[in-house]
Amino acid sequence: MAIDEKSHILFTKPLHQTPMIYYHSTNTDINLKGDYMRISAHPILDFERGTQVSFTFDGVQVSAYTGETIAAALYAAGYRTLANSPVRHRPRGFFCAIGNCSSCMMVVNGNANVKTCIELVQDGMIVETQRGKGTL
Amino acid sequence: MIHIDLLIVGAGPAGLMAAKEAGTAGANVLLLERSHVPGGQLVKQTHMFFGSEEQYASYRGFDISEILLDEIKKLPNVKLALNATALAVYDDGIWAAEMDGASYTKILPKAVIIATGAGEKSLAFPGNDLPGVYGAGAVQTLMNQYGIKPANRVVMLGAGNIGLIVSYQLLQAGVEVLAVCDGSPRIGGYLVHAAKLRRMGVPILTSHSVKQAAGQGRLETVVLWELDKAWQGIPGTEKVYRADVLCVAVGLSPLSELLRQAGCEMVYVNTLGGYVPYRDSFLATSRENIFVAGDVAGIEEASSAMVEGRLAGLSAAKFLGLSTPDFNAKRNDCMTQLESLRSGHAGERILSGLAQAVIGS
Ligand SMILES: Cc1cc2nc3c(=O)[nH]c(=O)nc-3n(C[C@H](O)[C@H](O)[C@H](O)COP(=O)(O)OP(=O)(O)OC[C@H]3O[C@@H](n4cnc5c(N)ncnc54)[C@H](O)[C@@H]3O)c2cc1C
Ligand code: FES
Repeated sequence: MAIDEKSHILFTKPLHQTPMIYYHSTNTDINLKGDYMRISAHPILDFERGTQVSFTFDGVQVSAYTGETIAAALYAAGYRTLANSPVRHRPRGFFCAIGNCSSCMMVVNGNANVKTCIELVQDGMIVETQRGKGTL
Repeated sequence: MIHIDLLIVGAGPAGLMAAKEAGTAGANVLLLERSHVPGGQLVKQTHMFFGSEEQYASYRGFDISEILLDEIKKLPNVKLALNATALAVYDDGIWAAEMDGASYTKILPKAVIIATGAGEKSLAFPGNDLPGVYGAGAVQTLMNQYGIKPANRVVMLGAGNIGLIVSYQLLQAGVEVLAVCDGSPRIGGYLVHAAKLRRMGVPILTSHSVKQAAGQGRLETVVLWELDKAWQGIPGTEKVYRADVLCVAVGLSPLSELLRQAGCEMVYVNTLGGYVPYRDSFLATSRENIFVAGDVAGIEEASSAMVEGRLAGLSAAKFLGLSTPDFNAKRNDCMTQLESLRSGHAGERILSGLAQAVIGS
């Protein structure tokens, strides 16, 4: 498939659908980290970052700033998969980022079903991928 | 158990204005907001608002939310609770909320205003659940509220105002917008916003939609195709984009579940975005102590949400027996402002929707 790099458009037959693989955080898109960064220069907005903190995501250390939600901090660190669909285990990222859709639920400090798009990071937090509906 | 005159759910423009108005009339108000910041949709709007001066037009959205908040802070009888989500209402009129991560808090209010706003709709296409396929509002939150660059290359689905504005804001954040597409043969949003994008070289493809999104565990390619007059994709017209984010901006739908749960009579109105409560023209629902305001009553704009908030605040105060001497003048002012906001071309859709949801007065 030739790709016209300038327009990023190519004409081709329909692509195959994503295979049903169980995605866990360890095979996430951490390699994209460098491309996705916190914005520093913006024509209208000034971003005041809080103090730097760190938490773990499935055992991996992630650094963040206070005032960021868990999902925002994970995104900045290159993670895209926050959860898996319960039946077919398809990867789930966020969808609404304001606490409506439940696409971002994770286990935080042992509590299941935390909507990480509206939960702020705290130093030392333990964030884990949730399997199934979670336990109480 | 918290006993309170007025419970307001949602601190967007509608809820904030409602709190200000009812608080000024003397009601003890508890305003619940599930986010850690108040302001609703306003906090991420970096563009200057349209509307009229009374609704702070020409200010940027996030400035408007600051102005409203300052006014609330002057009222000691209005309490704003952040990180507080209203979860349910029971038959005895007790509302349950999760506040600050603690267990259920019970609230028994004499009156309630629901101002929960709206949620983004999705669209059915293969691959629409891949990480990388996000609501346009979500991308806006990530970018404008948290200062995180959401992508390198984006395809925008939807050329209404939200699709156009978010595309422009993506460009401002240094993101490449490969194309904006819309199933309709015409651009739905204001032409000023579309013209800005065209000047920056972003193609706007009308009569186009997404055929599929694909990628290994995350979005890598988006396939668009042209639609015929019956909105069916035309084989052979596929265009494939290498994009890491596909923004979906295909409209909003009212977050009206709490109203339904509270037993308010509901009606599905397409032009208002989904299920909305029946109400009178002063925003009282079929449950006499429950009022509604803003996008949850039908998708409109921040300007009308603010006026509706004020109107609902007045109605709730009156219900609580707190009407002030200038009540009628204030209420008439709200009605006149709403009428003028809904005049003109864009108002026609809203008015036809309201005709199905507003009963009596
Ligand atoms: C990209 C974009 C551009 C826009 N541009 C303009 C413009 O130029 N001019 C204009 O007039 N309008 C504009 N709007 C529209 C405007 O922002 C909305 O119409 C307005 O914010 C609606 O106000 P609201 O108070 O009804 O709802 P929202 O602003 O959505 O606020 C609702 C609040 O309720 C909270 N909430 C929801 N459920 C619960 C619960 N169960 N418990 C506690 N809290 C809850 C939410 O967290 C939220 O803070 C734009 C919108 C977008 C997305
Ligand atoms: S992304 Fe929708 S609830 Fe978190």
